[in-house]
Amino acid sequence: MNAATRPRAPGDPARLLIVDPERDAFDTASITDLPEFVGHGDTLVLNDAATLPASLRVSDALELRLCERLDETRFLALCLGHGTWQTPTEARGVPPRLAAGTVLEFGHGLSARVLEGRPEPERLIEIAFEQRGAALWQALYRAGRPIQYSYLEKPLVLWDVQNGYASRPWAFELPSAGKPLSFETLFRIEARGARLTRLTHAAGISSTGSARLDAQLPLPERYELDLSLLGALRESRERGGRVLAIGTSVVRALEAASTEIRSNGSRVTSLLLGPGSRLHTCSGLLTGMHEPQTSHFSLLEAFAPRALLARSFSHAERLGFLQHEFGDSCLVLRGALGSGAQLLQAS
Amino acid sequence: MDIAKKAALVTGASRGLGEALALGLGARGVRVVLTGRSRTSLQPIVERIRAGGGEAHALESDIADKHAIYPLVGAATALVGDIDLLLHNASELGPTPLRLLLDTECEDLERVLAVNLLGPFRLSKALAGSMALRRTGTIVHVSSDASVNAYERWGAYAVSKAALDHLARLWAAELDGHGVRSFSVDPGEMATRMHAAALPDADPSTLARPSDVAAKILNMIESRQIENGSRIEAGSWEIAS
Repeated sequence: MNAATRPRAPGDPARLLIVDPERDAFDTASITDLPEFVGHGDTLVLNDAATLPASLRVSDALELRLCERLDETRFLALCLGHGTWQTPTEARGVPPRLAAGTVLEFGHGLSARVLEGRPEPERLIEIAFEQRGAALWQALYRAGRPIQYSYLEKPLVLWDVQNGYASRPWAFELPSAGKPLSFETLFRIEARGARLTRLTHAAGISSTGSARLDAQLPLPERYELDLSLLGALRESRERGGRVLAIGTSVVRALEAASTEIRSNGSRVTSLLLGPGSRLHTCSGLLTGMHEPQTSHFSLLEAFAPRALLARSFSHAERLGFLQHEFGDSCLVLRGALGSGAQLLQAS
Repeated sequence: MDIAKKAALVTGASRGLGEALALGLGARGVRVVLTGRSRTSLQPIVERIRAGGGEAHALESDIADKHAIYPLVGAATALVGDIDLLLHNASELGPTPLRLLLDTECEDLERVLAVNLLGPFRLSKALAGSMALRRTGTIVHVSSDASVNAYERWGAYAVSKAALDHLARLWAAELDGHGVRSFSVDPGEMATRMHAAALPDADPSTLARPSDVAAKILNMIESRQIENGSRIEAGSWEIAS
């Protein structure tokens, strides 16, 4: 499937593939039609993490990509070697080895010290910024850029990688499932009697440049939600309402929270979902287009059988659907396609 | 509404009404982010709030620059969490002495609109979506009586404030059902550096003190009696008992 090569213009809504595992069927529409597939009593859960300028340059031969915040000043970071933003991550040079104690200067008054190296996995280091508080955040936003994608026509700026409802900057890459949702669409969903709620999930990096490390994605990710959200979702489900996660990051957070959370506050989850995973909270998922063999596709298999997903995605590809951050959308939701809908039956 | 424990962002916080608003918010237990074009003039105010037991942070930013918006919003929310109160106080008068429209450079009008109108629009755009999703939030637009009176020589500033008033009404019209309040306040004539620049001959003793006006605006934020989208004159507003 081809990649979308630029952020979407407002007058160009994403296309929507609807996959209904209950009816073993799929159909296509526009993302602006999403309200038709959501009803009274359903709940949408959005990830309100804003996207950090997580890409920091030390030199032409070294880029750091922040990928997990460990405490106020300590981060886990991925090292990439020689190459520009247009170089695919897998074609980037091997980054130099950084000894513990090395001070990295990023310009604009931002610097960090390399902490004890992690022997495995390679390319991941722990750093501690030497600034804190307002000085740290101000310098980070001056020195950092959003993580870039080599298949785009132009480099991204911060405006390109924020969802309109984003708040705290927790995400290292754009939680992209929400990007095609206009407020026009969200408010129409609310007007139909569905609820909009949020959690915050630090969506991590999507590509490391190392096949061995890519196979371990997603890395552990931090999330935070209000305990009362889980109770409200449980009650809504008991009354027959469905819980629609906007993005794989929301699925990960909600399903992790369903078993882990006993109190308010943030925590880190390593939960991986795939075929056969039992879903405690989510009834469905709005996400982008994903190819088999990716962790995102594997997560989709917790919602729908592989054969149905493969058939529907091939169909979407033939229609010219696009994948990646600014591509088209996919709704996997049982009961999404009512009896009156024009169905493309599995054949 | 009790604003203690909420988080606020105040623009133009280094002096005048903005400084008074930040100090007042800090004293009422609000975690407050102060922004202005010079960090060095913000820092002493931050220190005063902290000395009083409050939480405050200074972020240097030029809100007229579109690409300064997310760095400001990102750093602010990283420091104090979800923003509940957004106070658009930063204002640009344009060149002084104030001049006739026919003598106003096009670029001067553009600069005034960038600070007084585009900046508030962009900042609200970056923050109000989260407020709507959380179904809580208040946006205050600091206006002027020049927005409703056609005073000679106040052209650039006056049109920016008239547009800002209407922006406040439009946010309210679109977000009223989503838990977000938006209103504008005409603070009246205050003893500030901006007032002295515009009207150097005015007698400061006849002008309101910024701290008194700031206290009124904070009472408006806490009041349930403010109609969403309204334009309020601070001089004549009282809390109804």
